[in-house]
Amino acid sequence: MTASLPSSPMPLAAVVLLFATAALVVTLLPTRARNGAAAIAGASALAALIGLALRFPEVRDGGVSITRIAWVPSLDLELVLRLDGLTWMFGVLVIGIGALVVLYARYYLSPADPVPRFYAFLLGFIAAMLGTVFAGNLLQLAFFWELTSLLSFLLIGYWTQRRDAQRGARMALTVTGVGGLCLLAGVIVVGQIVGSYDIDRVVASAAQVKAHGLYPLALCLILLGAFTKSAQVPFHFWLPNAMAAPTPVSAYLHSATMVKLGVFLLARLWPALSGTPLWFWLVGSAGLVTLLFAAWVALFRNDLKAVLAYSTISHLGLIVLLLGLNSPLAAVAAVFHVMNHATFKASLFMAVGIIDHETGTRDLRRLSGLFRLMPFTGTLALVATAAMAGVPLLNGFLSKEMFFAEAIFVDAVPAAVKWGLPVAATLAGMGSVAYSLRFALGVFFGPAAARDTPRVPEEPPRWMRVPVDVLVLACLAVGVAPAPLIGPLLAAAARPVVGGPLPAYSLKLWHGFTAPLLMSALAMAGGTALYLAHRRFGARLGAAGRRRMSRFDGDVLYTSAIARLSACSRIIRRDWLSAGLQRQILAVVVVAVVVGVLTLRGRVGVGDRPLVPLSPIFIGLWAAGMVGAVGAAWQAKYHRLSALMLAGVTGAITSVTFIWFSAPDLALTQLTVEVMTTLLILVALRWLPAREPARGVYNRRTRQTAFRRRTRDVVIAVAAGAGMAILAYAVMTRHLPERTSFFLEQALPGGGGRNVVNVMLVDFRGFDTFGEGVVLSLVALTVYALLRRFRPAPEVLALPPQQQAVRDRSGTDLVSPRGAPDVAPGYLLVMRTLAPVILAVSGIVATFLFVRGHNAPGGGFVAGLVMAIGLLLQYIAFGTEWVEDRVRLAPRVLIGVGLMLVLATGAGSLVVGYPLLTSHTFHVDVPLVGEVHLGSAMAFDVGVFCEVLGSTLLIITSLAHQSIRAHRIKGGG
Amino acid sequence: MEVVLALAIGVLTSAGVWLVLRPRTFQLVIGLSLLSYAVNLFVFSIGGLAIDKEPIVVDGVVPNLTNYTDPVPQALVLTAIVIGFAMTALLLVVTLASRGVTGTDHVDGSES
Repeated sequence: MTASLPSSPMPLAAVVLLFATAALVVTLLPTRARNGAAAIAGASALAALIGLALRFPEVRDGGVSITRIAWVPSLDLELVLRLDGLTWMFGVLVIGIGALVVLYARYYLSPADPVPRFYAFLLGFIAAMLGTVFAGNLLQLAFFWELTSLLSFLLIGYWTQRRDAQRGARMALTVTGVGGLCLLAGVIVVGQIVGSYDIDRVVASAAQVKAHGLYPLALCLILLGAFTKSAQVPFHFWLPNAMAAPTPVSAYLHSATMVKLGVFLLARLWPALSGTPLWFWLVGSAGLVTLLFAAWVALFRNDLKAVLAYSTISHLGLIVLLLGLNSPLAAVAAVFHVMNHATFKASLFMAVGIIDHETGTRDLRRLSGLFRLMPFTGTLALVATAAMAGVPLLNGFLSKEMFFAEAIFVDAVPAAVKWGLPVAATLAGMGSVAYSLRFALGVFFGPAAARDTPRVPEEPPRWMRVPVDVLVLACLAVGVAPAPLIGPLLAAAARPVVGGPLPAYSLKLWHGFTAPLLMSALAMAGGTALYLAHRRFGARLGAAGRRRMSRFDGDVLYTSAIARLSACSRIIRRDWLSAGLQRQILAVVVVAVVVGVLTLRGRVGVGDRPLVPLSPIFIGLWAAGMVGAVGAAWQAKYHRLSALMLAGVTGAITSVTFIWFSAPDLALTQLTVEVMTTLLILVALRWLPAREPARGVYNRRTRQTAFRRRTRDVVIAVAAGAGMAILAYAVMTRHLPERTSFFLEQALPGGGGRNVVNVMLVDFRGFDTFGEGVVLSLVALTVYALLRRFRPAPEVLALPPQQQAVRDRSGTDLVSPRGAPDVAPGYLLVMRTLAPVILAVSGIVATFLFVRGHNAPGGGFVAGLVMAIGLLLQYIAFGTEWVEDRVRLAPRVLIGVGLMLVLATGAGSLVVGYPLLTSHTFHVDVPLVGEVHLGSAMAFDVGVFCEVLGSTLLIITSLAHQSIRAHRIKGGG
Repeated sequence: MEVVLALAIGVLTSAGVWLVLRPRTFQLVIGLSLLSYAVNLFVFSIGGLAIDKEPIVVDGVVPNLTNYTDPVPQALVLTAIVIGFAMTALLLVVTLASRGVTGTDHVDGSES
């Protein structure tokens, strides 16, 4: 690990990437490779832990090291990785406990589980956690925050077959995911206030943020994110449900990492957002309610993991309350308690996992007297429980004392709270002592041997206990000698939270007979009394409490809210959405007309642009064009061929219009596309069903309905047309404000061509053209795929009447497509004589158009279409089989070649160090011919040519092939 | 000329809108192609109509917008024509396939 040497400290990006890469590698392992997966995970965690540990000197005295990686410089976006005391502390917690969980999970998970998948999720989760913690940019933080929600979903739902795991995972994702979105919104508001998402800038603008009118909004949104993640009342309910996860996941996510993210966020933004009454009331009250409520509920739970879950919620409430007190000293205590809680709670979860693993149950009512059977595990669990209860000489005691001291002495609180807070703190302490006693005494003492447990318990494998050993040892060591062991770390971690000089505090064990000590003693005595009372009346109290609380239970509320949301969406789907295309189009058109009228009303005046003088020929042309359009609209229902021809007239006149107003390229393209569209529809006409038979009853009422519907549609159509006409006239008579002659000026010097439109397509806007080619190719392939399994309507399966009439007299596949040996002589004789000639001519024209395309009207696109038309003409004249016997056309290959060519030309510029699709002109000296200009744009254009030719051929021949295919008749249809 | 073209755009739009509101698939196909003519003409006309300007760069004529037509709307329309063709082809085949599956020529997939 050279990267972790002090001389070249391990960069944070490398730490995050290490876990992300390890996750990907583990994913690739076979399902049974649990040792390999564990080894990779463990090695990554150890390497990262060492690398990060060696960087402690950097942050020891308040140092901050920030790495910026430019991402989108033009948008001022960068990835910022930030290492300060707080992030270092969280990073070490995440990686360190992560390493222990990796070891623990290796022995916890059964060989039947897909273990590598577990490690892949876990490693991914670690990467996301570290990304959140190290983020120096709020947007980045919100992104990784959501990533942790997503990965926790996968981890909680690891046992995918279990219903409770599915439900717990979904609930956790919904609650924390929605919270994450609120956080994102809040972060954006803060970003709008400050003008930057950089955490340093936000902290530096703290006064400005707090004075801003949007501060309450931003605060509420951000707190929603933090409270959902840290399971504060009333969003706490997902945490007990998430206990369906494997215990290593609970030990990791629900003690040390994910639920701490909310607290982390509050600590991270403490210098920016705290210090206001709003902060005090919102954060403080949420913390206080959670602290008391969860401690009380924990007392009544019988599942060991549920007890721990509520205890976790309660301790998180304590930390949130401390952060809400607006006092620097309380903030220090909060940071301290984060560390302590992570150690004792992770070890407790692991101990419960061992108990579960060895006895087969987690039910407090079934377990007892385990101490004699599992003395080592029992000792460890007892010490950790004592730390949770706040017994002296353990780490939990120290932070609890700091909390009690703050509860009494904090001066930043309003007077009304002054006496209430110490009482609440003592009550919370009592609750904590009581559920710890119940946990410890219920499981480990009492009648010898376990009653009816599914398995006979014994000590677990040695290495399964090691992680618990390490954590409990840490609890003990910190509890005995806090100042030398944890002092510098705590100071470093708390400094960025306080955001200024650290307040004076002492980590001594013995402060003399002080009020906090008295409160501790009271809590111990009261907690014991509470425990005894609970043993006697617990069952009755619990049942009564559950009845009373069930109406306010978040779990129930959540379930009913989800049910109501689904009902709502059902109603919307039923009443507001229509699967019918007709109604949707109607809505689109009406909305477009209404919005257009409302926004443009009174502002569509005629401009002063000089008009082009009227020409009688043009008027005549468009008179025909309009007749064509209206005629097509008139005839489209029953006379499809006439409608198609009439629409074709309009299309032709459109292309004349283009040439009239100096747009030769457009005219060429429009003309060829027009021919192609007409061919396409002509081929498709064969498969369209004949005139719809009369349906339903045509009485007076149905006629009236139809009349009303048609009148409505005529009104809408005329309104839309009139609107467009007015708009078009207004636009044409005005000078456009923003026009650029950039392309004109640069066409020759920059693009090497005189045909500006073509240069734009293949060069300036090459990326657009590339996308367009992809669209066309995709359409062609979709058409091909759709038609491979095409089932025509039953009534068109038989040959059309015209073909039936000549069936006996010829054997061409045009007439009798199925199984004709050759083209019958005498059929379409004129056309068949001309068609080969036209193919040759179209080849020449295509080449001509292609070669001149860069400097004169033409180009690869038009050339491709002309070539395709020439080829399709052969199909029409000779029939599909005849043509395909003689010419091997491979449209799909052409499409592929074209796409690759376009991509290769574009990517070629990357190789020589220019942006994608930069064109280049090569000057080649050819003997006898002289200097020849070969632009890379030329190769691009060849690609376009191939794409267009391949796509159009594929579309139309797929349709044509339907005639020679044997169709399966749809049964009963 | 502007009046004529504006009228033409209006009529094409009307005919197109009327057709796309109809229930039969073929009407929809023709309607969409009429609408795309109208829209293409409209986008093209944004650059301003001109009968006396060069579209291709000529030596000796300063390349600016007073001497040449505006290439930007033209390039946009060129792309639009191609996409319009692709859309028509796809729509046509989808309606054919839907006819075979649903057994009706109604655009909604069932007679209402």
